[in-house]
Amino acid sequence: MATTMGRLDSANLNGGQKLAVKYFLVAGILFGAQILFGLISGLQYLMPELLYGVLDFSVNRMVHINALVVWLLYGFLGSVYWMLEEESQHEVVGLKLGNLIFWVLTSAVTVVVLVYLLVQVGPGNQTSLWLINEGREYIEAPRWADIGIVVSVLVFFYNVATTFSKGRYTGIAGVLVLDLLALFGLYLAGMFYTPNISVDQYWWWWVIHLWVEATWEVMVACIMAYGLMKVLGVRRKIVETWLYIEVALMFGSGILGLGHHYFWIGTPEYWFTIGGLFSALEPVPLVAMVVHAVFDAGARHAKNSNHPTMAWLIAHAFGNFFGAGVWGFMHTLPQINLYTHGTQWSASHGHLAFFGAYATIIIAFFYLAAQRWRGGVWMSGELPGNGWKWKWALGLLNLGMIGMTVALLISGYEQSQIERAIEGSSWIGYFAAQAHPWFIQGMWWREAFGVMFALGFVLLVWDLLTIGKGETRAQQAIAAE
Amino acid sequence: MATSQWWSSESFWRKTAIWVTGGSMVILILLTMDTLPQISAGSKRVPAYSVINHRIEYQLDNTRHVQVPVIGKEEPLFGVKLTEEEAEALVSHGKMTVQAKNCMNCHTLLGNGAYYAPDLTKAWLDQYWGNSDIRETQMVEFIKDPSNKLHNSLNRRMPNLGVTDEEARAVVAFLKWMSAIDTNGFPYNFKSIEQEN
Ligand code: HEC
Ligand code: HEM
Ligand code: HEM
Ligand SMILES: [Fe+2]
Repeated sequence: MATTMGRLDSANLNGGQKLAVKYFLVAGILFGAQILFGLISGLQYLMPELLYGVLDFSVNRMVHINALVVWLLYGFLGSVYWMLEEESQHEVVGLKLGNLIFWVLTSAVTVVVLVYLLVQVGPGNQTSLWLINEGREYIEAPRWADIGIVVSVLVFFYNVATTFSKGRYTGIAGVLVLDLLALFGLYLAGMFYTPNISVDQYWWWWVIHLWVEATWEVMVACIMAYGLMKVLGVRRKIVETWLYIEVALMFGSGILGLGHHYFWIGTPEYWFTIGGLFSALEPVPLVAMVVHAVFDAGARHAKNSNHPTMAWLIAHAFGNFFGAGVWGFMHTLPQINLYTHGTQWSASHGHLAFFGAYATIIIAFFYLAAQRWRGGVWMSGELPGNGWKWKWALGLLNLGMIGMTVALLISGYEQSQIERAIEGSSWIGYFAAQAHPWFIQGMWWREAFGVMFALGFVLLVWDLLTIGKGETRAQQAIAAE
Repeated sequence: MATSQWWSSESFWRKTAIWVTGGSMVILILLTMDTLPQISAGSKRVPAYSVINHRIEYQLDNTRHVQVPVIGKEEPLFGVKLTEEEAEALVSHGKMTVQAKNCMNCHTLLGNGAYYAPDLTKAWLDQYWGNSDIRETQMVEFIKDPSNKLHNSLNRRMPNLGVTDEEARAVVAFLKWMSAIDTNGFPYNFKSIEQEN
């Protein structure tokens, strides 16, 4: 192995990891596409004539948020394949099938995106929903692709579950397998048509909310548990006990917290109480995770085998807490949500939460992959150039995101006051708020910080492709307790 | 470190996680079974599709302290009274058009979607349509081709999405039906057409 040290060589990876890096590569490309289409949509707020009638806002926004969902799912699949063989101490059972499915899924994603961009819309009939897009935010993918996705994830699930049962079935494995089952099962709740928009949104939120505030949170808690063992050498008993606590708190608050989306869609009034109460508790596990990560890092004087990964894991703990916990809490009570519902407030929270909770932890795994792929090279202190690339990428991405979030929040405040509270959400009221200088300034700042974010992304890619190149030192040994 | 305290016991927390998750799921399913009939079309909160045969208003309910839709006298959409089945087919065609044209990636419906254009929950009742005599034709014409009809100072126009006449009428039926859903007072303080401020 020593001969390949410092070079990208797939001989350095186990079977699951070879598949994982494919998922990571596609995830990275989609992340780039997401940013590009985000910048275009943001610019259309400022210059509505831009690409009008060619690539309308709706098209760009759809590609932006779909690329987001898909790259995060690819990141999750990759992360699970990454840790699967080590965690189970067994080879991935259906690796060939896994590879095949990777190509099937990736081709399907490509076709879906091309159809979004080139066909865009169809006539109002079932055929359009089956072939072009379903017109339901985040899960716009046409029905044929839904079915493809379901088949693919079934194969993935089979691979994970059987590999664990043939090898070692750890605590992390137990949580992960059940969580994946729930995650994929929920997708089915979004696969039907009804003319009744209240019923439509009722089930739509099962997919969206029970993903991001329940099953995805538990998913990243599993990934975090593995990550902390890996880079800090925390004992298994500690991370697994902590994982169970997190699961209890997350599902205990997040499942009924679903009610915070049932205030205004036609659903009965008791959801005010249930949604308000349980969603207000959702920040608790996120605080707990910050404590866990910071305490574990502190207890080891932050001595770890991969500095960029560790930094991004800490960014994840804080990002999840602020983006989901704090920003979510700010508008989750019905008394406030009446005015903020469906304004730039939601966008402010959506950005910080998705980035803080999910993008960060996948980036952490990108660095783990880069390290191993180059033969397990040194990635602690004293990197060439003092590791300026990863540090600047970390700074630009996080500052860019914080800047966008704050800008959107200011626009959101203005919108909830003028459009919602004063003008009563009429057509005129909407534009009274959109034309207000405070709103427009917020939109400019969002775009400016978006550019900063994009620069951070370019640097991140450059760093991932070069870090550890020519490195001769092996990674820092971590004393397992 | 090796304590046998219950709070540091792995198996205690594993059991807690299972019970809490299972319990929450059971409660959610029971609540869903209670909610679904209350939001099915034809219930008190979500009216039957044939509501489009009637006039719809949005008024303050003094006991609930929120505005609620009030279903008034007969006032059929496009002057044609429909049966329940015909009304459902029309609204459904409208909803399908809304999905196929991706309206929700610019607009919010019931407050969910995108924030680039006005919320459509009560679009049927918006004062911008002038008065109720011209509203129906205005809406159909606008949805069919909004590209040369600008109503704001930002130059932010809705594009022509290739909506046919038949589809546009269906969309208007869908919007009228949606405006009659009881949304617990969202949007707050909305002033509806032909209602003095
Ligand atoms: C590319 C973005 C975009 C898409 C897609 C879009 N709209 Fe619009 N829509 C707008 C904008 C912008 C306005 C405001 C136009 C103005 O003020 O002149 C608007 C205005 C409206 C209005 C009047 C607003 C009100 O409060 O009553 C209605 C009704 C409407 N759109 C319906 C639809 C329907 C139905 C669809 C789907 C078939 C749709 N829109 C798709 C951007 C969009
Ligand atoms: C990582 C976890 C989370 C993510 C990724 C996330 C993401 C989002 C997104 C994208 C939306 C907008 C949905 C739309 O397009 O309509 C949203 C809405 C919302 N979120 Fe979260 N969220 C998370 C956690 C939380 C938490 C913990 C809370 C509460 C404490 C919360 C409260 C809300 C509320 C109240 C809304 C509705 C906003 C509205 O009325 O428009 N979220 N969330
Ligand atoms: C790089 C700069 C980015 C820009 C300029 C940008 C811009 C935008 C715009 C204009 C929208 C549409 C909002 C609306 O309907 O008004 C949007 C939606 C969204 N973006 Fe971004 N975005 C960027 C990056 C990101 C990143 C990195 C993430 C997450 C990791 C993200 C997640 C989302 C989500 C979840 C929504 C839907 C929000 C909602 O419906 O409430 N974006 N973005
Ligand atoms: Fe939620």
